[in-house]
Amino acid sequence: MKKQTTTIIITTVITTIIVIIGFILLMPIIGPRFIHPMMMGNQSAPADLDTSTTLLSDAGLFRVSYSSDSSPLPLNQIHSWTIHIETADGQPVEGAEILVDGGMPQHGHGLPTQPEVTEDLGNGDYRVEGMKFQMLGFWEVKFNINADGQSDNVTFNLILE
Amino acid sequence: MKRMILIGGGIILTAAAIFLWAQSRQTSWSEAEVVTLKSLWIGSLPALPPDPSNLYADNSRAAEFGQKLFFDTRLSSNGEVACATCHKPELMFSDGLPLAQGVGTTSRKTMTIIGTAYSPWMFWDGRKDSQWAQALGPLESAVEHGGTRAQYAHLIDEVYRAEYESIFGSLPDFSDRARFPEVAAPVDDESARAAWDAMTQADRDAVTQVYVNMGKAIAAYERLIMPAPSRFDTYVEALLKDDKTAMKAALTSDEVAGLRLFIDRAQCINCHNGPLFTNNDFHNTGVPAANDLPADDGRATGARNVLNDEFNCLSQWSDAGENDCAELRYIVSEGHQLDGAFKPPTLRNVAETGPYMHAGQIATLAEVIRHYRSAPIAPVGHSELVMIPFTQIEMAQLEAFLRSLSAGVNAPPELLQAP
Repeated sequence: MKKQTTTIIITTVITTIIVIIGFILLMPIIGPRFIHPMMMGNQSAPADLDTSTTLLSDAGLFRVSYSSDSSPLPLNQIHSWTIHIETADGQPVEGAEILVDGGMPQHGHGLPTQPEVTEDLGNGDYRVEGMKFQMLGFWEVKFNINADGQSDNVTFNLILE
Repeated sequence: MKRMILIGGGIILTAAAIFLWAQSRQTSWSEAEVVTLKSLWIGSLPALPPDPSNLYADNSRAAEFGQKLFFDTRLSSNGEVACATCHKPELMFSDGLPLAQGVGTTSRKTMTIIGTAYSPWMFWDGRKDSQWAQALGPLESAVEHGGTRAQYAHLIDEVYRAEYESIFGSLPDFSDRARFPEVAAPVDDESARAAWDAMTQADRDAVTQVYVNMGKAIAAYERLIMPAPSRFDTYVEALLKDDKTAMKAALTSDEVAGLRLFIDRAQCINCHNGPLFTNNDFHNTGVPAANDLPADDGRATGARNVLNDEFNCLSQWSDAGENDCAELRYIVSEGHQLDGAFKPPTLRNVAETGPYMHAGQIATLAEVIRHYRSAPIAPVGHSELVMIPFTQIEMAQLEAFLRSLSAGVNAPPELLQAP
């Protein structure tokens, strides 16, 4: 009877030691992923992100598209875009006043530069200078468009990889 | 007892098997990760970008002349300080000190010049926008070289006249000390400034032109100093060829695990990206203030300084046209994100360039990694860091990976010493 109790105690102790050793071995893999799930700071872009380069503006006033003079979009290099603006029914919008903004919504910071629309190229095309992205990942680029007394915004999503 | 050993052994074997399986799973990279790794590879470094602000940037004789100036201690108030005093080739063009020591002590750590030809901004706060404009800053700093442009113009006149003229054309005669005092420059020192103010505008411009050309020659030399390929680069090259044996030979499993953390959970790659492991932008990472130094707001002041710099890309001394100065024209010069923000330095050769941070506040790489783990509150502005928990093992792996980036300088040996 006494021997049996000793056996049980030894078994318990050894099992505990094994479990602890196993846990230590597995720590680097399990890691903080499960210990601090809220601190993982999920950096991946939303799965259903619309990265179209042509979009209807928020209130539906303008159809806006962009193209970069550097393709694919470059990391850490200042470059220019051309944006094209037309009305919802396809008429080019000329003489628009355009403001540029943007940033990384998951990081809470803006663009590293202050891009500007520097030239009205005619036929609804505008040159945007000073574009730059200094991190890989999910970016938003916003244009505030004022034309013919009307104002609307459009936000492009893009992934720099 | 026998049964217990069997059960125990079985459990240990199972744990070991799970461990090994998880480890092997960690050695393969997803397609997206391969793209990311390739972006860090030195083979992705684009061709050296032109410097339109410096007509002599790619002039080999200017580079030779620049190398002589870089190592010349006569370019100082006490005859003892050259560019190479702080940018020592044998220390990766850095000095191993927390704060740079010239004729006095500065408030910042010496940055390396390796690969800076790729950077739109120079210094920790980006207060200069070209290599040549950068080179001119320390030459007239009271705590670095401590000299004045008039003194340097006399030196060029007396020692380097023929070489200077063969590159830049005729050099004015500076021998009249009444017109060209020994010590004169638009600096804080009152007597040097008074002497400068007493000169005619034409004479001041003649001196400044020589000074600018000195900077352009030094920049032509510095443009040739690039980082050498490291074991990390060998690893990526092998990965791109799917050569598993070469991958294993290049990096240990700990280094690979550190690399995985670097590009993924540790988020180092947010700022230390591209083949030089820096985005050359400005970030507040909550680095503790240096002892005995006033609060440093970094880019907030740096952005103002570069806009007002007499040698910036849009200045009369720059060879660039207005359209060549996009970085300066579209600079972010206001906003809270500039407060306490500093340029992420390149991580190539990082193990050789301690101590770390803008005032050498942190002595070792292990402590740097602990800083990023704990994400302390910033002394100035707001830190961009989020607290990311790492195990001790993971921190050691990150450090191991960072050490695999040491490879020295990629430049002919004759460029790494006084000519």
